[in-house]
Amino acid sequence: MHPAFSVIFLTTLIGVGQGLFLALYTGQLYTLANLLPPQHDPRFYAVGSLIALVFLAAGLVASIFHLGRPERGWRAASQWRTSWLSREIIVLPLFVVLVAAYGAVHYLGWTQPLFVVSDTLPVDASLIIGAVGTLTAFLLFVTTAMIYACLKFLQEWHSPLTVFNFILLGGASGFTLAAAFSAYTGGGLLGFYGTWAVILTLAGFITRGWSLRRNRRLRHKSSLQTAIGVRHSHIEQKAQGAMGGSFNTREFFHGRSPAALRTIRQFFLLMVFPLPVLLLGVAYQIQSGTLPMVAFALQYAGLVAERWYFFAEARHPQNLYYQHIS
Amino acid sequence: MTQLALIIDLNVCVGCHACVTSCKSWNTSGVAGPMVDHDPYGKDPTGTFFNRVQTFEVGEFPNTETIHFPKSCLHCEDPPCVPVCPTGASYKRAEDGIVLVDYDKCIGCKYCSWACPYGVREVDEQQKVMKKCTLCIDRIYDENLPQAERKPACVLACPTSARLFGDVHDPDSAVSVAIREEGGYALMPEWGTRPANHYLPRRKTRIKLHEDELARADNPLRKEGPLPEPEPGAQSLDDVMSW
Repeated sequence: MHPAFSVIFLTTLIGVGQGLFLALYTGQLYTLANLLPPQHDPRFYAVGSLIALVFLAAGLVASIFHLGRPERGWRAASQWRTSWLSREIIVLPLFVVLVAAYGAVHYLGWTQPLFVVSDTLPVDASLIIGAVGTLTAFLLFVTTAMIYACLKFLQEWHSPLTVFNFILLGGASGFTLAAAFSAYTGGGLLGFYGTWAVILTLAGFITRGWSLRRNRRLRHKSSLQTAIGVRHSHIEQKAQGAMGGSFNTREFFHGRSPAALRTIRQFFLLMVFPLPVLLLGVAYQIQSGTLPMVAFALQYAGLVAERWYFFAEARHPQNLYYQHIS
Repeated sequence: MTQLALIIDLNVCVGCHACVTSCKSWNTSGVAGPMVDHDPYGKDPTGTFFNRVQTFEVGEFPNTETIHFPKSCLHCEDPPCVPVCPTGASYKRAEDGIVLVDYDKCIGCKYCSWACPYGVREVDEQQKVMKKCTLCIDRIYDENLPQAERKPACVLACPTSARLFGDVHDPDSAVSVAIREEGGYALMPEWGTRPANHYLPRRKTRIKLHEDELARADNPLRKEGPLPEPEPGAQSLDDVMSW
């Protein structure tokens, strides 16, 4: 497939936003359970939510560039019964609203307990909104990934690994950003967020590596024989019906050499997985406030390459009809 | 229930692209139009087509066969492009099984073209909406046309009658008979899309040559003498028509 930067930025940016929100809420839960010291600055969660919102909004803006007719974009919520794209378009604004509400509740200090469960667990508005937001974040990961995973003849994508990769890589980048945010503001949670970021990054390495291995060994169901219905071992295309290119030649092929593809794969395998882990480890040792920022920046750049490769790697069966110009 | 479809006889198609040009001509001025052409006389011409003829060579020299392969929307009975459309712009008509795009609802997200394994949907890069074969719905239901002309433009244009049009759910229709009796098949059956359009396979044509045909035993020229020449000075046709 031809990787479209609008979709690459949409999926990676909202992944960071979702991951950061999940990190904030996880931090709040740990604090509630007295596993972490409470935040000194009550606006930690509010500013964190604002950063998540910026990433989500940037993703939304990027998505508009993918539409030929963005002014009709509102229609895209209508087919939620069948289309994962519609489901994503419903869940994404819902998640944005929940993150905004979560940040607003913390900013306005509406964190007095509404009721206390079993005399030990004080439940306030942020806890409830955060729980709904967490569910929605996972729902958004699933709907985004299923847009690709549901296309059964794009066999590279048609796998549960696609969903796991979206969740784990989005989560990893979000927790790395949370670690950077906490270290920068002196929140003291670099160790907590950094540990989770490393765990998620390693888990993402396992599932992404698994999907790379799966795709390398993939046998495509369609061949030139099934594409034109001629049972012969030697079929060669001589003309594709147009001397110049067409939508079909531009949309479904990345147009890069195998060597370029290999370089990009090595680039993202380095930038997404070992480098951020290394930098977070060093940052924890020397208690650096800026090194986690670098870790996040490198990981995000790697994720852009990772998503590019995700699209480029998928071989659409329609390319069987477009092999030689003339 | 009706399922209209095209049947393409690969044994007959000569790859003349008449179906391509007539399709473009009819549809660019019809309900789907205009179908944009960018740089049509320049170095990299490109544009929107509903129908393209591709050419494949089967076998290795000298035992090769050329297959001209026209392909347009196959109007699948279980079209994968329809459920993925986020706006409902892509739909399959219940009454005749034609898969259509509502150009006023399409947001140009291209998801349906990703979901089609056959690559028969093309974005109109000027109008920014998805376009595809309509089976000429504005022809086949036009009661102002004589009955014989209520067919898709490509079918009418085909000089070798390689294209048949009709209801594949009616067991007695010409298209159903052709599929049944001439081994009609669907493309990429492995995906379960059940295309309504079918292809008729190429058939071996064996030429029976007799010995005397090779030896030109019956060559009539052998038995003829030199052509008669006119009398000198006589009037002949050559005087007025010289070649």
